[in-house]
Amino acid sequence: MYDFSYHKPSSLAEAAKALGSAEDGKLMAGGMTLIPTLKQRLARPSDVIDLGGIVELKGIRRAGNALVIGAMARHAEVAHSDVVRSAIPALAELAEGIGDPQVRNRGTIGGSIANADPAADYPAAVVGLGATVETNKRKIAADDFFKGLFETALEDGEIVTAVSFPIPEKAAYMKFPNPASRYAIVGAFVAKTGGGVRVAVTGAGPSVFRVAAMEQALAKSFTPDAIKDIKVAADGLNADIHASAEYRAHLVTVMARRAVAAAAG
Amino acid sequence: MPSSVRMTVNGKAVSGTVEPRTLLVQFLREHLGLTGTHVGCDTSQCGACVVHVDGVSVKSCTMLAVQAEGAKVTTIEGLANGGLHPMQAAFHEHHGLQCGFCTPGMIMSAIDLVKHNSDPSEQEIREWLEGNICRCTGYHNIVKSIKAGAAAMRGATK
Repeated sequence: MYDFSYHKPSSLAEAAKALGSAEDGKLMAGGMTLIPTLKQRLARPSDVIDLGGIVELKGIRRAGNALVIGAMARHAEVAHSDVVRSAIPALAELAEGIGDPQVRNRGTIGGSIANADPAADYPAAVVGLGATVETNKRKIAADDFFKGLFETALEDGEIVTAVSFPIPEKAAYMKFPNPASRYAIVGAFVAKTGGGVRVAVTGAGPSVFRVAAMEQALAKSFTPDAIKDIKVAADGLNADIHASAEYRAHLVTVMARRAVAAAAG
Repeated sequence: MPSSVRMTVNGKAVSGTVEPRTLLVQFLREHLGLTGTHVGCDTSQCGACVVHVDGVSVKSCTMLAVQAEGAKVTTIEGLANGGLHPMQAAFHEHHGLQCGFCTPGMIMSAIDLVKHNSDPSEQEIREWLEGNICRCTGYHNIVKSIKAGAAAMRGATK
């Protein structure tokens, strides 16, 4: 690891200031991606700003018909939270399936979505539930947040503070995990709300995406059979040693059907 | 720039001067001489470096020493209290190891599991060990040891 200056601000304002005055500053939430990246010398930030000491970023609460999860909520906290389990059980189950127990004890929702790994689980829930990402500057709709491979709408100096999830009638997340890393080879988050049905897919493409044809079919009939013949094109999907683009395209339908079955059941 | 760090390790207050990039595992091994915590993969996957920080299991190769400022850290050396910890005794009794390299991490992870789930099933144990890799045993005796260790820990708290 290259050397860097370390800062541990105790407020959001201090964090923004430290980030603003750093030559090439990097925010650290749980560090589950950043620290391995630094260890491999794949990044060389001048300053690391640790968000672990900021109380404003912690906590999970119900706010009317929404569930608001602080950016620094650890995956294990989300998985075991009674508030999450009663409001959106699918979100608790998603969190319980990330990585391994030690990663879940450190990794955070804010870090996960700001990093925007194409195979991360949380982006599927954020888009699948039509959540709102709150930052120190503004509120960003889920559909506008993820821009591409490791790319988000976050601007320089912008810090994710919380994610607000509208509470759905039904929802479920199903993934086909990489057996070593537990990242999603393909994961599908399906949610039925008063406003309609949303289907968001992670792992398959460079960034999370929705499948409009499935959403329309499920709005008419919320059953696994309603989408059994709906396929996504393999063009542009991810391909690696674990799965070809064609296989991932096939898995999108399989995982979406399983998610509908789980949500409907 | 080096800075000072203070924490409680195995019940004792310790301090040291570290660089920000010093990992918690390096601080434990190289500054404090607590070499029971191992570095297996260095890529955050194998779990040989698992310790407890403020009561939860973490990979000490994926945490900076400065992040543990003020924390309570427990390593494998901090478990035995007079005799072996029941989980250590169970690994000994059921031969939950061959080379032993992964064992400290396995035991620290297992104790965290039992804190959440005092009577884990074989399936739950295997799922919990997602982040701990053993290249010798095929896990069979590790799972057996954890089952027995959990039972012994339940007995010890009654």
